[in-house]
Amino acid sequence: MADITASALPAAAAKPAPRPKRRVPPVVWLGLAWLVLIIAVALAADWIQPYRFTAYDLRNRLSPPFHPLHWLGTDELGRDVLSRLIVSVRISLLVAFGATIISAVLGTVMGFLAAHFRGWVEQIVLMLADFQAAMPFLILALSVLAFFGNGLTLFICLMGLYGWERYARIARGLAISAGAQGYAGAVRQIGASPSRVYLRHILPNIASTLIVSMTLTFPEVILLESGLSFLGLGVQPPMTSLGNMVGYGREYLTRAPWIMLAPAATIVMTTLAVSLVGDWLRDKLDPTLR
Amino acid sequence: MTGPMSPETLLALRDVCRSYSMRRGLLGRPTAVHAVDGVSLTVEKGRTLGLVGESGSGKSTTGRLALGLEPPDRGAVLFKGEPLPKDGTQEWRAMRARMQMIYQDPLGALDRRLPILEQVREPLDVHGIGEAKARDEKALALLQSVGLRADQGSRYPHELSGGQRQRAVIARALATGPDLLVCDEPVSALDVSIQAQVVNLLVDLQEELGLGLLFISHDLKVVRQVSHRVAVMYLGRIVEEGEADLLLHAPAHPYTEALVSASPEPGRRARPRIVLQGDPPNPAARPSGCAFHPRCHAARERCKVETPALLPLPDGRLTACHVAHDQANFLTSPLLKAAS
Amino acid sequence: MLRFLLIRFGRAALTVALVVTFAFIVLRLSGDPALIIMSVDAPPEAIAAFRKAWGLDDPIWLQYLHYFTAIGQGELGQSMRDGRPALQLVLERIPATLALTLPALAMKLGIGIPAGIYAALHRDSLIDRAVMVTAVAGFTVPSFVLGLVLVLVFSVQLGWLPSGGQESWRHAILPVLTLGIGGAAVLARFTRSAMLEVLGQPYIRTASAKGVPWARVVRGHALPNAAIPTVTIVGFMVGSLIAGAVVVESVFSWPGVGRLLVVAVANRDLAVVQCILLLVAVTMVSSNLIVDLLYGVMDPRLRSGAKAGAH
Repeated sequence: MADITASALPAAAAKPAPRPKRRVPPVVWLGLAWLVLIIAVALAADWIQPYRFTAYDLRNRLSPPFHPLHWLGTDELGRDVLSRLIVSVRISLLVAFGATIISAVLGTVMGFLAAHFRGWVEQIVLMLADFQAAMPFLILALSVLAFFGNGLTLFICLMGLYGWERYARIARGLAISAGAQGYAGAVRQIGASPSRVYLRHILPNIASTLIVSMTLTFPEVILLESGLSFLGLGVQPPMTSLGNMVGYGREYLTRAPWIMLAPAATIVMTTLAVSLVGDWLRDKLDPTLR
Repeated sequence: MTGPMSPETLLALRDVCRSYSMRRGLLGRPTAVHAVDGVSLTVEKGRTLGLVGESGSGKSTTGRLALGLEPPDRGAVLFKGEPLPKDGTQEWRAMRARMQMIYQDPLGALDRRLPILEQVREPLDVHGIGEAKARDEKALALLQSVGLRADQGSRYPHELSGGQRQRAVIARALATGPDLLVCDEPVSALDVSIQAQVVNLLVDLQEELGLGLLFISHDLKVVRQVSHRVAVMYLGRIVEEGEADLLLHAPAHPYTEALVSASPEPGRRARPRIVLQGDPPNPAARPSGCAFHPRCHAARERCKVETPALLPLPDGRLTACHVAHDQANFLTSPLLKAAS
Repeated sequence: MLRFLLIRFGRAALTVALVVTFAFIVLRLSGDPALIIMSVDAPPEAIAAFRKAWGLDDPIWLQYLHYFTAIGQGELGQSMRDGRPALQLVLERIPATLALTLPALAMKLGIGIPAGIYAALHRDSLIDRAVMVTAVAGFTVPSFVLGLVLVLVFSVQLGWLPSGGQESWRHAILPVLTLGIGGAAVLARFTRSAMLEVLGQPYIRTASAKGVPWARVVRGHALPNAAIPTVTIVGFMVGSLIAGAVVVESVFSWPGVGRLLVVAVANRDLAVVQCILLLVAVTMVSSNLIVDLLYGVMDPRLRSGAKAGAH
């Protein structure tokens, strides 16, 4: 009996007390670092690109990476791959950020409208959300592009339709439960206007959940944009984006694989980084989300 | 209303009904559930009406109807003699400054992302009361008036105890200087040791500010402490209403009697405890006649068919019970008088 | 049960109607179809004739009605490029697409589901970690990158397999792998989390505490319950048999529906695009419908209308 307690006690004491604050895991640090880098590159693109991204260097065409003048090599027209990559990062991030924000705002507004008016407004929002979730977005996007042609603003808006239904469902559900017996109902009962109830009270309360959803949508938008651009139906030349570069580099796969590999690696790293950071944020902020 | 001495009527519900439609089962037709079925009551300035009943009796719905948070299907809700404006309109919102609600769950009723002081200040901002700069002062004074310290104003709801949170909710409700408070089970989520403090606070504030209170609770102990009058609800109807002392010491309705016996009063000889038989009340399946008859120890044949009306007894209270009225009639009948 | 079926069918029909409406709105918003479809320098008489034939001078609601009836009768217009009926053009391409997507689906199911179950049952094992890492990669590596890397390795470097075209079964290997690897990883991750969730339920612990052999607990309780959420994602994969290979077909120059769509979009061949859109909608909606019905069979709770009535 005595030894049992004696041996059991230290074991119990050695066990860490109620879950210590978990530190940020190293992979997440790496992900964050990559995101900071990529955003800095996008912001500073005009200053840090070694050459104009459209400038030709006809003497050094298809030169491989580690060339003294062109660190990442050049393409078939002698354009500097690094410069093109930097500009592509800027355009791709612009599309992805723009689209994610549009989609979050649109979805949240739709969700709030559904929660506020209920009745047929809610039915229409839910029906549209079901429709959006049931159809592959790529096909919808392609049809719109076929009918409307392409331009950067239209393209960002189109990508902004991606994933709005998730925000709408979340915003609607949380707003309804906050209104039914929670703080939102209490604030409304004080006499607050709907805009005050939704913007000052409900929005800050559900913001963390919405932000976590944004980290889910963001990499998907990057993949969608690069996929469409790869097909030649997204960002149009002379503008360039990551998908665009891969699509172009595919023609030189045998002779100059670096044209394709540099942007491809950037896409993979970026989506991976956002996913890692997003997973971590989800655990931290909102464990109820899958 | 009847004489120069009678206190001013704040709130009057006149034969108010509210039903919800509910579908039972997959193929079931929607059936109307009468949550509140012909309720009339009044709350006077500076006085408290206790509203008592089991869960499902419609007492919370009555509270929401009284505040205009839900429209009645039938009947009228009058505040100072005027019907309440329609829910959601500008007038309805302005009306919120004059009538407020205290909730059962203070943590749920507070925004957990804002400090307490800001939330107590919010009604002042919403209704544009006072200069913007003076509002913080006013909110601090409100905190102190409910017994919170000034430094607790910068705390967030989860950093306060249950009783403190409820005090904050009360401070917020009082910010606009309302005439009427509807308290829906305001202390039932609190520790018993805290309950008395919050109840006393409400009583003190009422005395100081002349508030009219509609105090909804299932707990007779608490109701007894605060109420001037008490109304007992059963399945959406008031079955007995009268002066608190009279009703709680000498209940006339068998249901009230059962409730009172379940909550013995300290210092009094415990009466034999009446244990209610049968199913708890289900608003979707209201029994015929007197809704209470399946559980009533005094039920007669008549109770199963004829719904008793809420009528005055000789001592002034209102009771909806065939048996109680028969007894009263017998006691006051000329036959008995002649015999004595 | 009848009510359940009716609700499901009603919703499916509604979704298809929405897609038709979407196509109509996009068509009308995109400008004057007469000018888009005819070239700009077409003679005015030809444009007028076109407008008359398409009823473009009718009020908008009548056009909408005509549009609906035309589509209901299977009139999906003609390809601008070679003047053949769009539907025929699309249907011709379906076998080629299925030749990629069916084997890829088999691969996803055959690898993804067992891997997911195994990973869940042997949590934190080597296989589990491998599944999780591959699953993350499957999500973050876009299919065109994976396809091109496979080409780079197996065609360019090793020279084992052709990089594009549709001459023999060997041409299908790389595209099928590209489609299958990512999908299998996603499915494995999904199955794993569904299994883990079920394994954490009290009834599983009760069953194993009662002394039911673990294999029987897994077979009898865990697998059937984990299957319910997994069916959804499989349904989505079945629904995308036709539309799911757009990018991969382009990478490997495979003449399927996806390639047709990309070319049609690039050429603004509207009839073909619209035809594919509707076809995809019908496939998606029918597979969703089947999934819903399967749900009803597998989970009696949902039959009782809890899902249909709940908000």
